[in-house]
Amino acid sequence: MSMAAATPAAADSIFRRNLASFMGNRLALASAVVVLLFVLMAIFAPLIAPQDPYETDLFRRLQPPAWVEGGEWGYLLGCDALGRDIFSRIIYGARISIFVGLTVIVLATGIGIVAGLAAGYLRGWVDVVISRVVDILLGFPYLIFAIGLMAMMGPGLGNIILALAYKEWVIPARVVRGETLAVRELEYVEAARALGASPRHIMLREILPNILSPVVVVSTIRMANVIILEASLSFLGLGVQPPTASWGSMVSDGRAFILEAWWVSTFPGLAILLLVLAINVASQGLRDAFDPRFHE
Amino acid sequence: MSLGKLIERLLQLVPVLLGVTLIVFVMMALTPGDPVQIMIGDQTITPEQEEALRRGLGLDRPIVERFFVFLGNAAQGDFGQSFYHRRPVADVISERLPATIELSLVALIVALVTAIPLGVLAAIRKNSIFDKLATVGSLLGVSLPGFWFGILLIMLFAVQWHILPVSGRIGYASEVPTITGFLLIDTLLHGNLPAFWDAVKHLILPAVTLGLPMTAILMRVTRTSMLEVLRQDYVTFADAKGLSRRRVLFRHALKNALIPTVSVAAIETGSLLGGNMIVETVFGWPGLGRLVVESIFLRNYPLVQAAVLLYAVIYVGLNFFADILYTILNPRVKL
Repeated sequence: MSMAAATPAAADSIFRRNLASFMGNRLALASAVVVLLFVLMAIFAPLIAPQDPYETDLFRRLQPPAWVEGGEWGYLLGCDALGRDIFSRIIYGARISIFVGLTVIVLATGIGIVAGLAAGYLRGWVDVVISRVVDILLGFPYLIFAIGLMAMMGPGLGNIILALAYKEWVIPARVVRGETLAVRELEYVEAARALGASPRHIMLREILPNILSPVVVVSTIRMANVIILEASLSFLGLGVQPPTASWGSMVSDGRAFILEAWWVSTFPGLAILLLVLAINVASQGLRDAFDPRFHE
Repeated sequence: MSLGKLIERLLQLVPVLLGVTLIVFVMMALTPGDPVQIMIGDQTITPEQEEALRRGLGLDRPIVERFFVFLGNAAQGDFGQSFYHRRPVADVISERLPATIELSLVALIVALVTAIPLGVLAAIRKNSIFDKLATVGSLLGVSLPGFWFGILLIMLFAVQWHILPVSGRIGYASEVPTITGFLLIDTLLHGNLPAFWDAVKHLILPAVTLGLPMTAILMRVTRTSMLEVLRQDYVTFADAKGLSRRRVLFRHALKNALIPTVSVAAIETGSLLGGNMIVETVFGWPGLGRLVVESIFLRNYPLVQAAVLLYAVIYVGLNFFADILYTILNPRVKL
């Protein structure tokens, strides 16, 4: 709300107009609802999951989904090779995907904002150093960089977040730097300087609120990508370690059984697709509504 | 673009490549686990032998010195010994590289051949049902996790319908002696058409899986730039002159519309490198990507180090190439 306070009516009405435009985009709105449902599912996993996701039962080994012969409605999407309920594991797996996605994006956006503001506003050697580091990190294909780091740090949830955040911050940093360069000579920044405001005040109070919406839009778009990367690392066995349920490793577990049990790989992958697709559609809607460059 | 500009851009690559090398070196230097212990494995050797081994690997020298030695050796293509293969890393990598390049090139071709016509069609028939389907298709293309899509394709085309092979590069019966390492070329050089066909069949599923996200992106780019070009005065003028629609589209519009597509394709070829690790793992493709993943689990660090550096250098090179290509194709852009 500090934005509205800074430039009262104008910012408020633009925000409202943009929000109304987003709400008018039915597909994007529906996708946002799907994302929200996934988040709720992750938070309330213990209440929703019909079975214990870690309980193995060899009598239910590779039990098919409920609607297939041999299936049971208590085990909706069937069971994996250890007889664990796939549906419950997917519900718990949402926790990993969403937690990693959110944490990496928040961390990366925070670092990116600080680095981008400093580079774009302070210029000079700060800009040279930050831009060089950005160039160097851009020199690595994303997944390969993350795989290299995971090889070094070893698997685990915290390490995945670090491995992805180390490179992810470059993207918001570039956006923030570009936007800062574009506004640093505008009158309102000029005016704040003339009034003797400190660089810190100008960067955080004057510039940041005005460039925030493209940054937020880019971050939401990137979240889809981070979720796929986490799943890819887990698929390769470099992510969260068993028995923790993660969608990527569940797909990987099912690979050995594609001849006799298609459901083991299929459903967790479908969950990734659904979440990532919903984030992509919703974030495109956000971009169309909140980024002035997409206003026709 | 002048030669001076080109050299200036090339020189700008030097700090990036140095930085990339430094990061790769630090990554591996900080990796827990003593390389000498890993090499020794469960053999018993005397402390003197161990010391000699350590000295032989240069591990007794200060880290800064080790970096410069690594840099000098890397520049000459010397990445030390692969612990697992007990052969030079460079040899092991160069054996695996053709399989990866072949797969990536075919994926690139698949992406270009499908994305350009679909993108153009979507632009010409803007807002038609086809355009909407193409939009949905491209969203799906970027949202599908590659490893899952690959498994899905295997389940359908290999397990269910038995049309295509499950994994590998070629069937045992069709193997031919290596000439170039590129099976599509080698089988033809041997005049062995059934083997060539077998290699093609092995390539289809991995290439489609690898190329899918790129197809989705290139289709969007082609559509957007085609729409942009169709709004330009010279296209309206060509229309007004009474030229046939086909001639206007293909001779006048498409040529310019493809400029962004080609540049994005060059950049995206770099992202195929990361995709390779996944796709090669899913399809048991004996390329570099799978080798790297296996090497991580074997703690074969010199190989991982060399491969990550190689990927980064190729990636930087491709981005540079994309920049240059863009300026050549579009003389209005100044570097």
